[in-house]
Amino acid sequence: MALLDLDPSVVATARELAARAAEPVVSLAKAHTTVAVERATLRLAGIIGADSTHRAGDVPWVNRVIDTVREQCGLEHGVVLPAFHALRQHNLGSLTELAEATAAGQVQFTIPTGKDLTAARKASTSAVAKGLKTVDRNKVQRDKLVAKLGDPAQRPWIYLIVATGDIDEDVVQAKNAARAGADIIAVIRSTGQSLLDYVPEGATHHGFAGTYATQENFRIMRAALDDVSKEVGRYVRLTNYASGLCMPEIAVLAGLQRLDMMLNDSMYGILFRDINPIRTFVDQRFSRQVHARAGIIINTGEDNYLTTADAVDAAHTVTVSQLLNEHFAHEAGLPDHLLGLGHAFEINPKVPDSFRLELAHALLARELFPDAPLKWMPPTKHMTGDVFDGYLLDGFFNLAGVLTGQSILLVGMMTEAVVTPFLSDRDLALKNVRYVLNAAGSLAEDFRPSPDGLIVKRAHQVLGEAVDLLERIVDDGLLNAIADGTFGLMKRPADKGKGADGVVEKAPAYFNPASEMLEASDV
Amino acid sequence: MSDAKKYVRPYGDTTGDGMIQTSFTLPVPFGPKADGAALQLANKMGMDPAMVVHSNPIGDDFTFFVVYGSVKHLVDLDEVKVVEREYPLLSPSEVNSALKKVLRRKLVVVGGCIGTDAHTVGIDAILNIKGFAGEKGLEYYRELKVVNLGAQVSVPELVRSARAEKADAVLISQVVTQRDAHILNTQEMSAAFREAMGDRRPLLVAGGPRFDPLMAGELGVDRVFSRGTTPGEVASYLVHAMQEKKGVAA
Repeated sequence: MALLDLDPSVVATARELAARAAEPVVSLAKAHTTVAVERATLRLAGIIGADSTHRAGDVPWVNRVIDTVREQCGLEHGVVLPAFHALRQHNLGSLTELAEATAAGQVQFTIPTGKDLTAARKASTSAVAKGLKTVDRNKVQRDKLVAKLGDPAQRPWIYLIVATGDIDEDVVQAKNAARAGADIIAVIRSTGQSLLDYVPEGATHHGFAGTYATQENFRIMRAALDDVSKEVGRYVRLTNYASGLCMPEIAVLAGLQRLDMMLNDSMYGILFRDINPIRTFVDQRFSRQVHARAGIIINTGEDNYLTTADAVDAAHTVTVSQLLNEHFAHEAGLPDHLLGLGHAFEINPKVPDSFRLELAHALLARELFPDAPLKWMPPTKHMTGDVFDGYLLDGFFNLAGVLTGQSILLVGMMTEAVVTPFLSDRDLALKNVRYVLNAAGSLAEDFRPSPDGLIVKRAHQVLGEAVDLLERIVDDGLLNAIADGTFGLMKRPADKGKGADGVVEKAPAYFNPASEMLEASDV
Repeated sequence: MSDAKKYVRPYGDTTGDGMIQTSFTLPVPFGPKADGAALQLANKMGMDPAMVVHSNPIGDDFTFFVVYGSVKHLVDLDEVKVVEREYPLLSPSEVNSALKKVLRRKLVVVGGCIGTDAHTVGIDAILNIKGFAGEKGLEYYRELKVVNLGAQVSVPELVRSARAEKADAVLISQVVTQRDAHILNTQEMSAAFREAMGDRRPLLVAGGPRFDPLMAGELGVDRVFSRGTTPGEVASYLVHAMQEKKGVAA
């Protein structure tokens, strides 16, 4: 039920502006590929494992192949044509064998023509189709498990983080968290993984403030949560991060291992990790196509803007980013029910009426995106280490979440920014959520903000500011706006940033069976 | 009344009552035995008498307690020694305004991981806007211009970039420590700057989990930061160093 009486024509204008702002970027994304997209494609085609003899440590085979192909014949035609051509020429049984031969210097990659081209297209298409079939099977399997075990009994779903650095410890903590009421477990990645231009291999035990995202770690955690799901009688979802330089590959690994949600923002890597803008938009589009195919809910990162800028002054940048994320997601084939757009409770508690302002912002997001599973993020910036104060603030955060109908609630920790949560911190935080849900879970039924009150006025004001900003972005061009520091105060020129050398303009004869099948599956 | 006290005890609601409150979890199933265990711990911690005012189970194997009680200990204020940092810890806005005053332009920081080290975790935690431990990285500071060269930067490349950018400070990070690579690399770096630029070399700062802050002299750098350093500490140090250099009182 609409409480804010937003003007539908203003909302339509905002969406139209977002689409116009995004359009040139989508064209750029379609015209380019990246080393990460090509690696993701080969992973779908079945390549696994790493070269453990390399002097720099384990290098995934997929990186060896892509780097060599790039050196020898470029990536503008895509990696699959030279790779599958070489596979046939050398009569090798698998891509992993091809990688070994590549590392030994036995393979000369060339772009096939004529009959060879037809053969390479056919072989690569069937290999990638096999990978996508696994992704499809996982989606069916998830639907089956949800049907059998059920979704959480309540909204919002309760989202908890584990981050020990050791996948085996993560499993213990995740299972306990699920037993204590968590509906979604997110495994935080090791600090710095987003800037690695490869995905580490195997089960890992030594992350920095988080655990490496690897295919094996994904498998281990999903299996553990399947066990505990049966025990608690509801399907417990698993979240990881498709962001950074390996966004498309990690999306593929998530699809192959039946992860359920992935952090995946259209601009986060550019702004907060200084990753090249073009690289990010290309990688983002492919990864979102994979997520759409896999039925994975994406989580966008708007909360981050509010940790760098003031949560009142910058409220409209959140709305703008949500609208852009929505457009990019739709364009990549993600339906509304997979759009976990983010926002956060980050207004300074010393600001008068801070809670009313939070309600205004939260309701605005709810009414702009009625069918999206919005992700509501807890206070971090104003958690001081006074855990008693923090516990109260988290209580108000929980109340705002239920009162405004948020869909996914990331449980706030009173020890935020102090220590990694104790067992008891997590238990108390869940108690806080349970109390609010039990005491006020249906309060929305009685909640009618006054039509000319602060909440309604503030929501209208933020939407108006968002439209103004979108107009400026359309005039200026999104890439220029990013370069000028419009978002989160960071200036990020389109030709700078990490991973820029991994961007390749597609040749007219570029071929990527994954892209073709994923485009075809767009809704 | 106004005499400076030498000895103090915690204050609950009466001077000298020594009352404190604490909470903890024991890996013991909930029940009378768990409460007894909590009481024993509290006693050993010096709380006497102690009251377990609340306990509840966390899962099957753990119990959480809230304990109130009086501690026997006295605090001797004369014996309190505080390690004085030679520079104050500043907030980002204080850093910005101090730099503006000292330099009247942005302070240029060039950073990277030198040698074969590909672990950018440390340098990114300090430089990236994302930051570390709830603090934003140096990129967030308006009066800092940050050039992050990333991983595996050669020493000549670092010197070249520092020159081209007119760097005021160079930050290098070393995580890999096999065969003392972090020490040798850093010494090579500082020697190269001395040779290339002499006294006009930028401020040299080395960071990494295995560095000892006392090693600055041996490494030929101005400052060493070890494990757990936050961006704010580095930024505050840069302000301090610039003020020293320009002879400005802090």
